[in-house]
Amino acid sequence: MAVMAEHGVAQVKRSSLWTRAFESRNFLGAMFMVPAIAILVLFLAYPLALGLWLGMTDTKIGGVGRFIGFGNFVSLAKDSVFWLSVFNTIFYTVAASIVKFAIGLYLALLLNERLPFKSIVRAIVLLPFVVPTVLSAIAFWWIYDSQFSIISWVLIKAGLITHYIDFLGDPWNARWSVVVANIWRGVPFVAITLLAGLQTISPSLYEAANLDGATNLQRFRHITLPMLSPIIAVVMTFSVLMTFTDFQLIYTITRGGPINATHLMATLSFQRAITGGNLGEGAAISNAMIPFLVAAILLSFFGLQRSRWQQGGRD
Amino acid sequence: MSTADDQTVGMSYLESLPRRFLRVYLPLGLIMVFLLFPFYWMAIATFKPDAEMYDYEKYNPFWIVHPTLEHIKKLFIETDYPQWMWNTVIVSVSSTCISLFASVCAAYAIERLRYKGSRYVGLAIFLGYLVPPSILFIPLATIVFQVGLFDGNLALILTYPTFLIPFCTWLLMGYFRTIPYELEECALIDGATRLQILTKITLPLSLPGVISAGIFAFTLSWNEFIYALTFISSSENKTIPVGAITELVNGDVYHWGALMAAALTGSVPVVILYSFFVEYYVSAMTGAVKE
Repeated sequence: MAVMAEHGVAQVKRSSLWTRAFESRNFLGAMFMVPAIAILVLFLAYPLALGLWLGMTDTKIGGVGRFIGFGNFVSLAKDSVFWLSVFNTIFYTVAASIVKFAIGLYLALLLNERLPFKSIVRAIVLLPFVVPTVLSAIAFWWIYDSQFSIISWVLIKAGLITHYIDFLGDPWNARWSVVVANIWRGVPFVAITLLAGLQTISPSLYEAANLDGATNLQRFRHITLPMLSPIIAVVMTFSVLMTFTDFQLIYTITRGGPINATHLMATLSFQRAITGGNLGEGAAISNAMIPFLVAAILLSFFGLQRSRWQQGGRD
Repeated sequence: MSTADDQTVGMSYLESLPRRFLRVYLPLGLIMVFLLFPFYWMAIATFKPDAEMYDYEKYNPFWIVHPTLEHIKKLFIETDYPQWMWNTVIVSVSSTCISLFASVCAAYAIERLRYKGSRYVGLAIFLGYLVPPSILFIPLATIVFQVGLFDGNLALILTYPTFLIPFCTWLLMGYFRTIPYELEECALIDGATRLQILTKITLPLSLPGVISAGIFAFTLSWNEFIYALTFISSSENKTIPVGAITELVNGDVYHWGALMAAALTGSVPVVILYSFFVEYYVSAMTGAVKE
């Protein structure tokens, strides 16, 4: 209202085109958007489109590519390493996300209790998320070392095993090892965001449930979970997206080995495109991730709509 | 837990201490040990002489008998580590500043100028936040190469905002929304221009939001890996994460001590910054998810 009134005054008092333009919200809005839009179009939207195009060419580093349609995808479809990387990515994402959610929710519930030094505890819990992933992955690399692994040493001293475990040399050991490292890194994010969600639930709901004689489990099932479900959907979408497109942990700890057993689609596309020089093929592999990402986003989006509708919201 | 006990929860002050210990403190303690152990292991390896590091029979691996600064000295003198750290600082600070500037303007325009189509632009920016660097790095590499930015700090300074701007804008939009319109209207009546309103009213009032966005953006760019790995080739231009992983491994010879020292000293600056601004950091992280 006031904006409109001010607009009218401006037209009466000053009439030059320039000043009027600066009173116009559309023009001003466009001006304010310039820096952000320029960077995002140049370095986000354009590369995204270019990536889709590159995936349909046979571009090599230092050369100009030819359009080959779905040629890359046809050859990838026959490539067992590619399918292994798809399997690894799905396994890595599903295994890590389930555990991250379970531990994260549990940790959030624990942190929501009355605790001494609560804020310090919370600050410490978040540390794995704050520290550069590559640098903490180096620590995991050392923890998983075949000769000097502290886990093996402890287990031997405890008499549980007789030989050092070859954490990164055996395909399934390696897969679980990187999953554990990913869980370690992701739990704080899930826990702290869910804790923020928990703190917004009104205590009066719990009091009412108490008066009705609800048990601990019932209160969790019928108050905490439904109230938390929108934020759970968002947090888990982010978590799944980050896990699915993960690169740093794998690159640092295993480089995709042993025998491609831990290659994710992201690390495989790096290997083919940058190390191997086949930009087109690498781009095709990363483009193959897009349908999965879109599916994850849509799933959580419609999940959110449903839960909002259940709670009587409109928007 | 029996159902009879469940009834008392919610009046948890009535809970006996041993029971509370089992239910809360013990699992919390175990999770904390899991979360903190890698840091302990990193720190202890940094100050351990090689003789102790590779001899678990003579020395207890959990402790250091003769602490040494050998690894850190080696890292700082024999490698380009100081240069990597300097690069990381330059890149993080510049890309954070660029992103903050662009995001403040964009968020203000979307949230307060409400120009035609601002809702859709806001949504598009949020979608930009969901585009992972792992699918952008190959085409970005070709662009960076063609523009002639390859192997320089500028390549990173200009590409990091692609994931920082969507995040910061989204976060700041939330903060700007909480500022009452009436304040801006008063200023408009007093003859303030839009720019004055932004710098004298909206920004000061949403300072916590700006700090949150800045801290989070800084740590994100400090931690960034895949762009830095792809766009930088010479040792003196690398950032800490890339330098540590590519330059400290000679074939099959891993300099574990130096690697751990790099991991520790590379983490310390972010951790210090984080410890000063925990609340801002948390509100940035949760704020981006809540909307």
